Amino acid sequence: MIKIEKRNDVSPSIYFLTPILAIFLTLIGGGIIFYVLGFNPIEALKFFFITPISDLYGFSELLVKATPLCLIAIGLSFCFKSNNWNIGAEGQLIFGGIVGGGVALLFYGHDGFYVLPIIILSGAIGGMIFALIPAVLKTYFNTNEILVSLMLVYVAKLLLDYLVVGPWSNPEGFNFPETRQFSESARMPILFDGLRIHAGIFITLITVFLSWLILYKTYLGFQIKVSGLSLKTAKYAGYKGKTMIILVFMISGACAGLAGVGEITGPIGQLHRNISPDYGFTAIIVAFLGRLNPVGIIFASLVVALTYLGAETAQIFLQVPKYTGQVFQGMILFFLLGSDYLLFFKIKFLVLKKNEL
Amino acid sequence: MYKNFLRYIISVLFLLGVSGQANADFKVGFVYVGPTGDHGWTYQHDEGRKAVEAAGIKTTYVESVPEGADAERVIRQLAQSGHDLIFTTSFGYMDPTNKVAKDFPNVKFEHATGYKREHSNVSTYSARFYEGRTLLGHMAGKMTKTNVIGYIASFPIPEVIRGINAMTLAAQKVNPDIKTKIVWVFTWYDPGKESEAAQALIDQGADVIMQHTDSTAPVQVAEKAGVWSFGQASDMQRFAPKSILTSIIDDWAPYYVERSIAARDGTWKQQDTWHGLKEGMVAMAPYNSAMGSDLVKEVEQLQKDLASGKTHSFTGPIYDQKGNILVAEGSVADDGMLAGMNVYVKGVEGDIPQ
Repeated sequence: MIKIEKRNDVSPSIYFLTPILAIFLTLIGGGIIFYVLGFNPIEALKFFFITPISDLYGFSELLVKATPLCLIAIGLSFCFKSNNWNIGAEGQLIFGGIVGGGVALLFYGHDGFYVLPIIILSGAIGGMIFALIPAVLKTYFNTNEILVSLMLVYVAKLLLDYLVVGPWSNPEGFNFPETRQFSESARMPILFDGLRIHAGIFITLITVFLSWLILYKTYLGFQIKVSGLSLKTAKYAGYKGKTMIILVFMISGACAGLAGVGEITGPIGQLHRNISPDYGFTAIIVAFLGRLNPVGIIFASLVVALTYLGAETAQIFLQVPKYTGQVFQGMILFFLLGSDYLLFFKIKFLVLKKNEL
Repeated sequence: MYKNFLRYIISVLFLLGVSGQANADFKVGFVYVGPTGDHGWTYQHDEGRKAVEAAGIKTTYVESVPEGADAERVIRQLAQSGHDLIFTTSFGYMDPTNKVAKDFPNVKFEHATGYKREHSNVSTYSARFYEGRTLLGHMAGKMTKTNVIGYIASFPIPEVIRGINAMTLAAQKVNPDIKTKIVWVFTWYDPGKESEAAQALIDQGADVIMQHTDSTAPVQVAEKAGVWSFGQASDMQRFAPKSILTSIIDDWAPYYVERSIAARDGTWKQQDTWHGLKEGMVAMAPYNSAMGSDLVKEVEQLQKDLASGKTHSFTGPIYDQKGNILVAEGSVADDGMLAGMNVYVKGVEGDIPQ
């Protein structure tokens, strides 16, 4: 007979080491998959994890890819820590992009240092407003925030579709579903010539620092943590649950909106239907891989970003199927959840004696 | 198709003989928007790539590259890793292609269906799919009993509107009573949405369904409902053997082989290519005998006439929905007008989403 028991003594160091174990197991699992597919596993893993960042350009691309993931995941950590399941970061990203992009189009042809900050701010507000919908519906009408936030993703996508096909489409663009290229004043400054790494990374780093400050040094952070550990305790302590729910959703939405605006003013430079390759969903993996901890999330976003780059490089050099990247992301999450289970629960194999039956 | 195949194999052998030495390091890269197994757009580009490979040139491809921020990195990586010619096979790669081309003047770039050639190492190419639509219109006009033709459209860009118009004009010619009903799905590939659209059109009385989207879902819905349909991009006959009358096939192989050889031998020049039935970039799958041998003969003749230039898909008089004349009697639409087409012709129902 197998008996599963909860462990009471989980040491914090092991708790933060299991993600590394999960990555390690993923490497082994990935190596086996490459071997089965007929590739030399060591060489394939090298193309997957080392080649993409072996030069400056590759490293800059890693940061370009990790920037939005990290930003969204940081925002999500506020929600997830307090047991609020915001699954719609993708929608908040897109809506932030729509609002920011709209402002950028409004300022088309304007020069001035004030243009970019206004765009960034409006993007953050856009994401925030979009996240308020599930938050308000949850607090005042008891709806399920998972469903509402997820469904709103499609609302945002369709709204973006409508805008880029119709009213906002480039007048010189032959009706193709995209807006004009934004003016130079509306673009994120590039940090190094020839690389795509842009000023958005500072926004991310500042956000990480502020999150750490809020989560670990303020009363609000304490409330968030307590609510996450036990809702009953939070109620007993007299925390205003509704205000907190709305606040964490606003923070989370603002972060996603910032990520969206960072993409459109950064590497993309216009609005079209594909401003995000599902960053909002991938960021959920990033948030959990990083243990909902600001520093952990930085590392997690880099690892997950690398799986994207690796999938491309492995495809170019070895013609490995594109979807291996997704397999790697799936494996990381699988091994993380699997080791978490073993971390929190003991599995006992009991041999029962006759008289116990 | 086979004739073309022979033609480029022969030209390959010829050119190999002429150039004498094959550049062993020469590599061609392809960037795809979908998976190679989509049985539509990307599938056909990959068939073209295989032909280049068969001609003795090394190729690489990257599939399912999103048309956002990632495209530029993939194109740049291909350029950086020693690819000499890069085909970017979706409209959304237009700006990234031109951006990378600026930084790699020695690498040649070919962008499908776009209009920007900002640097001398960028060419564009597309196919006159509307010629195939004319043939579809002829068949649809003859085969419909309800006089309603259902059209699943992707995006209101000139290429799609051109197809709708070419089809409607040809159908009207053989059956003045037909109406074209359109559902815009705003996607190139989404089997779910496409099958819903097909069902909606059938419910509205359409007994011929055609699509400007890439999945096989619409023809499968048509097969189930017992109405006629047409395949898109590749021969989709095996997905709906009874329903499909023919498919418009995008045959990129001859062009890809020709351009790859030109780039290898140093004769590549910037150009804007727009090939059709004549050059074989647009080809037709075998016609379904269910439409009767007389109609098959008619369509085959029309195909020949379109290829030879005897017939043009847009021959006047052509009127817009309000009855204003677009192309005068006796003349044909020029390429400029075709390239920017953004009005429906008379007989199409509804408005273009703007």
